[in-house]
Amino acid sequence: METVQFLGPSLALSAILFTLGVAGVLIRRNAIVLFMCVELMLNAVNLAFVALAQLHGVSGYIMVFFVMTVAAAEAAVGLAIILAIFRHRQTVDLQNINLLRG
Amino acid sequence: MPLLLAQAADSAYAGGATSLLWLTVALPLAGFLLNGFLAIRRPQAKGLVSLIGAGVLVGAFAVALAIFFEMRGAHAEEPFVQRLWTWLPAGRLSIDFALHLDQLSMVMLLVVTGVGSLIHLFSVGYMRADDGYARYFAYLNLFVVFMLVLVLGSSYPLLFIGWEGVGLCSYLLIGFWFTDKANADAGKKAFLVNRIGDFGFLIAMFLLWRVAGTLEFTAVNEWASANQDLVNSAVITAITLFMFLGCAGKSAQIPLYTWLPDAMAGPTPVSALIHAATMVTAGVYLVARSNALFAMSEVASTVVAGVGALTALFAASIGLRQYDIKRVLAYSTVSQLGYMFIGVGTGAYVAGVFHLVTHAFFKALLFLGSGSVIHAMHHAYHATHSHEDAQDMRNMGGLRRHLPVTFVLMLLATLAISGIPPFSGFFSKDEILAAAFARGAEHPIYYLFYGLGLAAALLTAFYMARLMAMTFFGENRTGAEAQRHLHEAPPIMTGPLIVLGVLTVTGGAINLPHLVHGNQWLHHWLEPVLRFSAGTPFIAGLHMPEGSTEYLLVGSAVAIGVIGLLLGFRATLARPPVPARESPPELGFGRVLFNKYWVDELYDAIIVRPFVWFSRNVLWRFVDKGVIDWFAVDGAARFSRGVLGRAGSLVQTGQVGLYVIFFLVGALWILRVMMG
Repeated sequence: METVQFLGPSLALSAILFTLGVAGVLIRRNAIVLFMCVELMLNAVNLAFVALAQLHGVSGYIMVFFVMTVAAAEAAVGLAIILAIFRHRQTVDLQNINLLRG
Repeated sequence: MPLLLAQAADSAYAGGATSLLWLTVALPLAGFLLNGFLAIRRPQAKGLVSLIGAGVLVGAFAVALAIFFEMRGAHAEEPFVQRLWTWLPAGRLSIDFALHLDQLSMVMLLVVTGVGSLIHLFSVGYMRADDGYARYFAYLNLFVVFMLVLVLGSSYPLLFIGWEGVGLCSYLLIGFWFTDKANADAGKKAFLVNRIGDFGFLIAMFLLWRVAGTLEFTAVNEWASANQDLVNSAVITAITLFMFLGCAGKSAQIPLYTWLPDAMAGPTPVSALIHAATMVTAGVYLVARSNALFAMSEVASTVVAGVGALTALFAASIGLRQYDIKRVLAYSTVSQLGYMFIGVGTGAYVAGVFHLVTHAFFKALLFLGSGSVIHAMHHAYHATHSHEDAQDMRNMGGLRRHLPVTFVLMLLATLAISGIPPFSGFFSKDEILAAAFARGAEHPIYYLFYGLGLAAALLTAFYMARLMAMTFFGENRTGAEAQRHLHEAPPIMTGPLIVLGVLTVTGGAINLPHLVHGNQWLHHWLEPVLRFSAGTPFIAGLHMPEGSTEYLLVGSAVAIGVIGLLLGFRATLARPPVPARESPPELGFGRVLFNKYWVDELYDAIIVRPFVWFSRNVLWRFVDKGVIDWFAVDGAARFSRGVLGRAGSLVQTGQVGLYVIFFLVGALWILRVMMG
C-alpha cells in the first residue's frame, strides 16, 4: 500500500460513465444501444473497483475479472437474443416489443 | 407376564388370576379379529366362527369367575388397577389405558361375560341360517370388547371409549339386515339420539376436569370426599345433570328413549344382549360408578329418580297396546331401566345395581324366549311360503303346546318381572320401591316417585300377562297349515334359556333382605365402592323401612303384581285377539297407546323437520352456497381477477424502459436503506 494515485478523478470518471449508462438505458429505444449502455455501466463499475483496490487490497482487481467474464457471457447471450428478435420482428425498437403488456 | 404379575403383587390381591384381567378384554378382541377375517375371507366357515365367537366369551367368563373368587378371598378396599399403557399424554392431562377392577366392575364383568356367553351360544342356533353369520359374530365379539372397556375403564375418557364403542356396535347390529331401509334407519336413529346424550357426557367431563383436575375414578372419588363443601353446589349439580343426559341417551330414558323400541330391528339375540341386558344398563352403571358425585347433589339425584319414575310408567303404558312381541319387551326394558334410575336416584345404589343384575337375567330370558318363538313362527311361515308377520302376537296363540320349554321359562321370567316372590325381580324391585318410599320421609316428592313406580309395576304385570296370554294361551291363530310346522328350538337355543331360567328364579339370592333372614350379600360386597358417598348428608339421611312398614310395602307390591297379572290374563283371554290382517283399527285411548303417544311424530314435527328445514334453507342455501361458496370462495377469485388483476396489469406495460425505472428506484431505495 505505497501510494494511492488518481483516486478522486477515477471515481468521478466512473460516476460520470455510470450515469451516462443509466441515462442511455432509460432514454434510448434501440436494443443494441441499450445493450451498449449496460456495458458502459459495467465498465464504470470496473473502473471504480480498480481505483478502490488501491485502498482495499487485491480483491478489487479479482472482482474486475469476474465482472468482465460475466459481461462477456452476457454479451454473447444478449446479442443472440437481440438477433433472434430482429429475425422475428424485423426491428429492435423496444417500444414495439411489448408482448408482456398486462 | 412378569410385568403384570409385578403390578398385581403390590396390591392387596394375592396375584394369580386377577393379573389376567386384561385377558377378559383381549379374548373377545381376538375373537373379533378372527371372525372379522373369516367374515371377509371364509363367510361360510360357520363351525369355526361359532367355535371362536362363543369360545372367546366362555373363556372370558371363566377368567372373570376365577378373578371373582380371588377377589372374594382378598377383601380389598382399594380397586385393582392394571395399567397397560399411556394412551393420551397431553399437557397436564395424561390418560392411561388402564383397567380398573373393583366390586362394582366385578359384578358388571360377570354379568357381561356370563349373560354374554349364554346369548352367544343361543345365537349359534338362532343365526345358523343367516348369510352374515361370521359378520354377526364379529360384531357381537366387538361389542363385548367395548362393553368390557366401558365397565373396566379406569377413567371417564376410557369409559367414554367403551360407551361410544358399544354405540357403534349397537348401530352395526340394529342395521344388521341393512338391505331393508327401515333397519338401516333404525340404526341411524339409535346412533343420532345417542349423540345428544354423549354431548351431555362430554360437557360433564370437561366441567369435571375444570374443577377437579382429574378424570380417574379413584382420584375423582378422593377429590369428591375431600371437597364436601361443594355438596349441593351448582357446579356439582351441573356435572351430574350433564352426565345424566348421557345416561338418558344410552339407557333410553325420557326424552331420549325413542331409539330403543326401533332398535328391535336387529336380530333378537342382539336385542337381548345389547338392548336389554348390558349396553342399555351402562347409564345406571355410570350413575353408580359416579355415586360420590351424584350423592353430593340432591337436585341431580331427584331429577334422576324423577325421570326414571316417569319413564317407568310412561313406557309401561305404551307396552300395553303393542302387538309386536319384541316391541312389548322393548318398552318393558325402557320401563325397567326407569326403575333402576329410581333406585340410583334415590341413593339406593345397591338396589339399582341389584335390579340391573336381575333384569339382565330375566329380560335376557324374555328376549331369547321371544327369539325362540319368532324362530318357530318364522320357520312355520317360511315352510308355508306365507308373508305374515312372525313377530305379531295376534298371529300367535296357544304356542305352549308347540314350545313347552320356552313357555315354562318365559312364564318364570314373567313372574320375576312382575315382582312375584320368590323370583329374582321381586327382591330387586321391592328394594327400589322401599328406598323411594323411605326417601319420601325427607323429600316428599319421592312419595310421588314411589306411586309412579307402583303404578308402573301394575302395568308391567298387566302387559306381561297380556304378552303371555296372546302368545302361549288361547286358540292358535298362526294358520291351519303353518301351525303344523311350529316346533321347539334346538338344544343349543333352549340350553342357554334353561340356564337363564335358573338364574331368573334364584338371582335374588345375591341380595336377600333381612326380612327373609338374608345377609344382603350385594350390600356388603359393594360397600368399598360406595364408601365415598356414604358420608354425604343425602345418603346418611336414607333410612330403609323396617318392621311393619316393610311388611306393608312388600305386601302392597306383591298384591299389585298379582292383580296386574290376573287382570292381564283375564282381559286378554276374555276377548281373544284376531289375526293381524283381520284386526280392526284401535279406538279411544288404546289408539293413543298403540301409536306410542305420537312421540315420534311429535319429535319429527318439532325437532327433525325444523332441523331439516334449517339445514336445507339456512345452512345449505344461505351459509354454504351463499356465504361460503358465493362470498368467500368465488368472491376471493372475483376480487383477485377484478381488482388486484386489473390494478396489477396497469403496471405491466411491456415497456422495458418503465421496468428499468422501477428497477432503478428500487435499487436507489435499497442503497438508501443500506447506507442508513
